[in-house]
Order: sequence, then C-alpha cells, then structure tokens
Amino acid sequence: MTYREAIRDALREALKSDARVFLMGEDIGMYGGSFAVTKGLLAEFGEERIRDTPLSESAFTGAGIGAALAGMRPVVEIMTGNFSLLALDQIVNNAATLCHMSGGQLPVPLVIRLGTGASRQLAAQHSHSFEGWYAHIPGIRVLAPATIDDARAMPGLALKCSDPVLIFEHIGLYNMEGELTSSWPQADIEHAAVRREGSDVSLITYGASLFKCLEAADALAKAGVNAEVIDLRTLRPLDNETIFASVRKTHRAVIVDEGWRSGGISAEIAARIGESCLYDLDAPVVRVCTREIPVPYPRHLEEAALPQVAEIVASVQDMMGKAA
Amino acid sequence: MSANDLQSTILRLLTDVAPDVDPASVQADVDFRDQFDFDSMDQLNFAIAIHKAFSIPIPEADYPKLASLKKCVDYVENKQRQ
Amino acid sequence: MSIEYCMPSLGADMEAATLVEWKIKPGDIVKRGDVVAVVETDKGAIDIEIYESGCVERLLVAPDTRVLVGAPLALIAGEPAAATTSAVPTAPALEPESKPEPAPTVAPAMHGHVKISPAARTRAHALNIDIDKVHGSGPGGVVTLQDIESAATKPKPSASDSMKAVIAAAMARSKREIPHYYLSTDVDYSATMTWLTRRNAELPIEQRMLPIVPLLRAIVLALKTTPDFNGYFKDNTYKPSDAIHLGVAIAQRGGGLIVPALLDAQDQTLAQLTGNLRDLVNRVRAGRLNNRELSEGTITLTSLGDGGVDSLSPVIYPPQVAIIGAGTVRERAWASEGKIDARPVLTLSLAADHRVSNGRSGAQFLARIRDYLQAPEKL
Repeated sequence: MTYREAIRDALREALKSDARVFLMGEDIGMYGGSFAVTKGLLAEFGEERIRDTPLSESAFTGAGIGAALAGMRPVVEIMTGNFSLLALDQIVNNAATLCHMSGGQLPVPLVIRLGTGASRQLAAQHSHSFEGWYAHIPGIRVLAPATIDDARAMPGLALKCSDPVLIFEHIGLYNMEGELTSSWPQADIEHAAVRREGSDVSLITYGASLFKCLEAADALAKAGVNAEVIDLRTLRPLDNETIFASVRKTHRAVIVDEGWRSGGISAEIAARIGESCLYDLDAPVVRVCTREIPVPYPRHLEEAALPQVAEIVASVQDMMGKAA
Repeated sequence: MSANDLQSTILRLLTDVAPDVDPASVQADVDFRDQFDFDSMDQLNFAIAIHKAFSIPIPEADYPKLASLKKCVDYVENKQRQ
Repeated sequence: MSIEYCMPSLGADMEAATLVEWKIKPGDIVKRGDVVAVVETDKGAIDIEIYESGCVERLLVAPDTRVLVGAPLALIAGEPAAATTSAVPTAPALEPESKPEPAPTVAPAMHGHVKISPAARTRAHALNIDIDKVHGSGPGGVVTLQDIESAATKPKPSASDSMKAVIAAAMARSKREIPHYYLSTDVDYSATMTWLTRRNAELPIEQRMLPIVPLLRAIVLALKTTPDFNGYFKDNTYKPSDAIHLGVAIAQRGGGLIVPALLDAQDQTLAQLTGNLRDLVNRVRAGRLNNRELSEGTITLTSLGDGGVDSLSPVIYPPQVAIIGAGTVRERAWASEGKIDARPVLTLSLAADHRVSNGRSGAQFLARIRDYLQAPEKL
C-alpha cells in the first residue's frame, strides 16, 4: 500500500460511513486529484460527493466552511500549501474564529487536506512548507501524517473533530510504499510518537523529514550514537510532554524541519525546550531547516536547500563533539 | 547514668575533640593514639572535655588512664563512685 | 573610587580557592582586617580578611565559584564621598543611603567561568563535583553531562590528596632552592619538666601546659637576639620580620600536614601561648583557619615528640629561612660534672637557609633556646 492509497482508503471509509462527508477541490473528480489521491472516487461516489471546483481556493474553502456550519462534513483539498495562501482569509479569519466568536455555537468541522513540501522539482511556488505558519493560529488543528498508518487514520480522526483540521500531506510521501499495521486504528491526533528509541540525542521532526531522521539515526548508530526520533504528528497543539520527556532523557535536541528556520515551528519547539528543559540540556538546541531561500527548481539546488541526512548526522556529531 | 549512656557521652566528647573520627569505627580497647593518631594536644583536649562533662578532677598523671574508650569508661565510673 | 578586593594568596602554592560564603553584602561598611568571606582551599575552609576599609559596593562572585588568586571578588568603595567617580563604569554610583544591590546569582563570565552545559552544571551540583576540575570534552571544551558522570565515578581527590600535592610542591621547591644546613643539640629538659609537672599539678586542667609550650617561648626569646632566622627570603633578599609568627606543624589524621602560625608570638606569655596553641589545634581539627595564620608564618617548629623519634632534620617551608625540629623528650643517660645520670632529654635540631645565616649564628640560636629552657621559671 502507498501513502496515497492509505489516504484514499480513509476518505473512502469516511464517505461510506457518513453521508454528511463530501470532497471538494481542484481536479479531484475527473482528473483524480493532482497527486491522484482521489482517483476512482468520482466513479464510486458520484458528482454530488466528489466535487470539482473552479481554481479559486478562497471560494471553495469558504464554501467548505459554509457547508460545515450547515452540518455537513466537508473535506476540502487544496493542491499545495502555497496555494492555500489564497484561502488564508477564509481559514484564519473565518474557520478558525467562528466557533470562538459565537461562544461555541458555530463550530466549523471542516477538514482541509494540503500537499506540502518540496522534493519533486516543483519549484518555489509549489514547494514550500507553511504548516508551521498554520500552527501559529489558535482555533485550528494542524496534522502532519508521515507514516502509512497515520495517513490511513488521520482523515477519519480529523472528521471526528469539531474544529477545523488542516492535514499537511508531504508530496514526497505519496508514492511511499509500506504495510499498514494492525495498530493503525489506535492512532490519535493528540500525541507525538517515538519512532525510534535512543539515549543520546532527540531528533524531533515530522512529515517527510521523519525518514531522513531515521536514516540519520541508523548512520549515527554505526558511529556509536544512539538517537531517539520523535515524529510530532500534530503540529498544533504540540505534544509538549513527549518532546520534553525525550529531551530530559537524552539531554540533546535536534529539530529537523522542512520549513524555514526564522520564526518557524522549529523555533517554537526550541523555545519550549529552552523554557522547560534548560537544566536538562547538555548542548544548545540545534535546528536543521531549509535554507532561507525560495526552494530552487534545479534538482541539485533543491537538494542542497532541503535538510538532508548527511547534515543531520553532522549536526549531531558536532553537538556531541565527536568527529565523523 | 548507665554504662551505655556513659559510653555514648564519651564518644561524643571524643568526636568533639577529633571531628574527623567516625564514632562507629572506634574500637573500645585500642588506644586512641594507635587508632587515630591522637597527639598530646588531642589527649589534653579530651581530658579537658571529660573533666568538664563529668565534673571530675583529672590530675596530669591520670592522662594515660584515658587512653582508650574502655579505659576512659572505667576511669569515669571509678571516679563517680568515689 | 572603587577598589577591587581580590582573592588573596594563602600560601606560595595556592592558585585558586572556592568561595564558600560571603560574610558581607553590598552596602556594608568594612574595615581593614574584617573577615569578609570563607573560602575553601586545599588546606580547608579559611576565613579571609579584607585589606581596605570602605563600603561594599558589589559582590562580583557567587558562592561555589572557584576564583583564581588575584581575581576580583568584590568592589569596595574606598571613600564613600568620592564614590561617584567609580573606576568601574558599569557599577552604579554608590550613595550612602542607596539600597544594597543583590549579589549576582551567577559568576560573571570574565573570571574563572567554566563553559558547561546546563544539564552538566545541574548534575555537578547534585553530585557536589567541582566543575573547575572537570575536563570538558564537548565542542570547544564545554563540560558535558558525560564529563560530570565520568568525574563522579572517578575517585575524587580528597582534600588530603590535594594538600599532599601542595606540600610536595613546597618541599620540592625548598630542597631545590634553599641551601639547607643542619645543626642539632641535646637539651637537658629536667628543669623544664620538673617545673612543668609542679605547675600543672596546681592548675585547673584547662590551664595546664604541654611540654612544647616552654619550647615555643624559648624559641621566641632566642629569636629576639638572633634575627637571622625569622623572616622571608624573597627576590634574593632576606627580609627579617619584627613580628614572630611562629608556625607549628600539625599532622592531620589521614596524612595531611598543616602549618598554621601563632601570630605575634613575640608578645605572648606562656599562658597566652598555651591558650592560643590549643585554639589553633582545635581550629585545625575543625578546618577553620584564617588566611594570615596560613600564609604569614615567619619560622616553623615541627615536633615529632609524639612519634617517639629522638631527632629530625626538617625541611624549611619557603619563603621562611629556618625550621626547628623537636624530638621526643625521653630519659637518657646524661653526663655532667663528671657523673652520669638519667634525665629527660630533648634533641633540638635546626635547619636554616645558608643564604641568610651560617653555622655559627645557627649554633648561637640553638644554644640560646637551650639556655632559656634551663630556667623555665623565667620564661
């Protein structure tokens, strides 16, 4: 099963089990979705529930909000995080606020799925990671499934939530193959997951960077460094306890984030560690982030701009004072 | 004062004079000098402490009778009986 | 004008000490000679005095900080009226009625600051490990948690180990630099012992005198007429001292040795020497000496009377120029006026610096001590 199929299965299950659920977005019906996530669903569920929209993120996100207010359970697909900025007003000023402004009378149970991140030479206008921005906004939840299990579980969990939920699906993961494990139904959207236990350093990450961190942990293990890898899974609200427990155990934290460093989610996590774990730290918190440039188009420059395994390994070795 | 109380009082006086001595390690019948390098000043200070604690006169010639914990207990008991 | 009060040197081989406790706070008025802090050295906890009078402006170092000799500990406003012309630009001008500024909670980075991670610092504190002694293996030499854990599992060098190192350095320097010469003489101690026994029998126990006390007094009196043995040899020059700060070598259980001085022994009667010697020994045992006692000795007496040896050839404690050794007072055959009888005899030896004195003056010095001990009632 691919990551893409896991999401499709989740959507299919939701469409089957709840008549209020419908999908809406650009090219999701006839074309099957720009990343082919919704391929086949139009034939299965019909135009009423798998709706192609005009190229107007603000309009169809706003329509999603209206539908949610009216009691439906819409799942809006926005092709990339970059394009979601066209719908920012709807998401930030309406979806996130209405429940709060109405004293709880107008919850907005809207799910928005977004492709995020770089790695497929889609250039700066399609490759950026804005999940850290959205994690700044109270009133919404921000999820970042990295594994097949989470891809399978999170859409359903998001639909059960009365708040607007943004699911950031890394475009580099759609083709990832893997086995769905039997424990996927136990997934929640409250907790980060320890993907690898370790004692020497905590690699804190989410999304596609998880796999770079796991690879880096393997490389570090060969050099005698036992890295723990934390998959945040949910960027808002952050699971402080899992992060802090790990840092208190390993005394070192490296945050790996495909967003930019300045003002990013990595900055927020580093700040929280500083606030709560200062006296447990054996080294300054290190961040491995995307270079502060619009993500370049040429492959070699794109690779150079993004966090990579070698850089994660080197950062850990630097902070431990152990030469490679 | 029971023999036990007497012994523990003397031990306390000993550790006042020699704070670096562990009271649990004191062997009753070995001279302080041989156990923990008691010098003549320690000996004199210890005699003064015994004198003050039990209000007994201790002539200089009796200092050797205070040389170990056991000797000291016997000496004080004897004096108190007199 | 602010004056920096710096970590004093409490001995030729002291490099640094750890501040244990401040006895002053900003705003306090101090005068020369006041005890202002307690520091932990290789020789134990020592009260340190201040050399300037004035008002405490700022404490620069927090307790538990290791401070190098000569590094500033506090700022003292020498003349309160002139305090506005503070020499340290960052220090607030001191107004007599101004509220004392709280002591900084951490040591300023400029003096003896160790780069150490917060986790390592926390752990070191919990394990009571001196971070200055831990080698930093982290990036840029930072002390890491692992370094602290390693230091904790290593046997901690005991105070007596570091004291041994200090003594070793001083003694090696002495033997390397000082051309010692040695003299010795046997002293008929019967007059002193008889006098002492009779005197002690009359006195309450607290006032009883150890046999070493008449010897201390005899040394003091002899020094008054043979000044070549009391002072310091520094920078190729001998500077005799008017004051006699008589160092007394005191062995510590566990192998340490400490040589605090009876300060201004020249003015002390036998009774005062008795009390002051007892006080000094008690404070050695309790680990509470003050800096002058440890650093200002002008001559030393070392007695192995409790050790059962007859004589010794001691090593001078630099920069002093003489040391007197006393063996055991023991009954020996003594020939005088054509007869032999048994008398308590003490062998006195002198090791002295040949750059300062010679055998003739040394012999004179020993002879005077011996003579004083023949008439103890006059001491």
